[in-house]
Amino acid sequence: MTAQQDIKADTWTVAGRAFSSRLIVGTGKYKSFEENAAAVEASGAEIVTVAVRRVNIADPKQPMLTDFIDPKKVTYLPNTAGCFTADDAIRTLRLAREAGGWNLVKLEVLGEAKTLYPDMRETLRATEVLVKEGFEPMVYCVDDPIAAKQLEEAGAVAIMPLGAPIGSGLGIQNRVTIRLIVEGAKVPVLVDAGVGTASDAAVAMELGCDGVLMNTAIAEAKDPVLMARAMKAAVEAGRLSYLAGRMQKRRYADPSSPLAGLI
Amino acid sequence: MDVDDSVSVRVNGEHRRVPGGTSVAEMVNLMGLDPLRVAVERNLEVVPRSTLGQVTVEDGDDYEIVHFVGGG
Repeated sequence: MTAQQDIKADTWTVAGRAFSSRLIVGTGKYKSFEENAAAVEASGAEIVTVAVRRVNIADPKQPMLTDFIDPKKVTYLPNTAGCFTADDAIRTLRLAREAGGWNLVKLEVLGEAKTLYPDMRETLRATEVLVKEGFEPMVYCVDDPIAAKQLEEAGAVAIMPLGAPIGSGLGIQNRVTIRLIVEGAKVPVLVDAGVGTASDAAVAMELGCDGVLMNTAIAEAKDPVLMARAMKAAVEAGRLSYLAGRMQKRRYADPSSPLAGLI
Repeated sequence: MDVDDSVSVRVNGEHRRVPGGTSVAEMVNLMGLDPLRVAVERNLEVVPRSTLGQVTVEDGDDYEIVHFVGGG
């Protein structure tokens, strides 16, 4: 089998659905729908996150996201961004399910506007209710292995710890805890939030994550479409590097050329 | 229809009047929206798309009509 085929066969599965792209991209903050669609295309993402918001009833003929990114070709993952209580998040996702007709959703319940850190008490409560109602929630959470385990026990179909605060672009702040979450989880783990540049995405994948979710890093790049390509390459490189198994670190040098036969 | 026959509702926080006896699907259409591309909540309960045509708009109803927009 060639390396190309290996990459193709390397799928991941969430809630019974298999995907080959390990990059999930957001659809917020773009200058235009056209740019957004081009970035999604360049990223190779098979899943995009979307928000649920009021229709503008004053101007109902405004173009819609679905005109540019076809939900039949790309899986829409409705999120609960902007929800600060479990009840708001549950209400939003009930509507999302009606708008989209599917159960796979992204749950995030935020604790405060300043850090956008998740409120884990409300997140856990919302997860329990949603699972009872037949949802398959992929859950945004703190990078805490115990909280991750609790979410998994509550029925989360994927654990999505933050690498750094949403929209900060600071990169993976705590590799130790991300790694612990990956080791302990039986469901997919995706770093969600904090990625700023391609190397951050590669780091997440090298830690063994099943995927990476990002929005701002692509949308706020000077050239979002080019950055989308970079992220695609980084996620693939990080995944391959993880599978390949990196060399051990040494404290001192070790020559690459043989010492024998020196003139 | 005569104004006297209309009912008063709130849609996405805004006050609206619609003719009495209108179904939710008809109301959505009257607003220029495609019922297949939105989700409707009536008095905090989701109205399944399959029943939008059967539910009649009542005076004092509070609606949220939502759709998917760009988000992270």
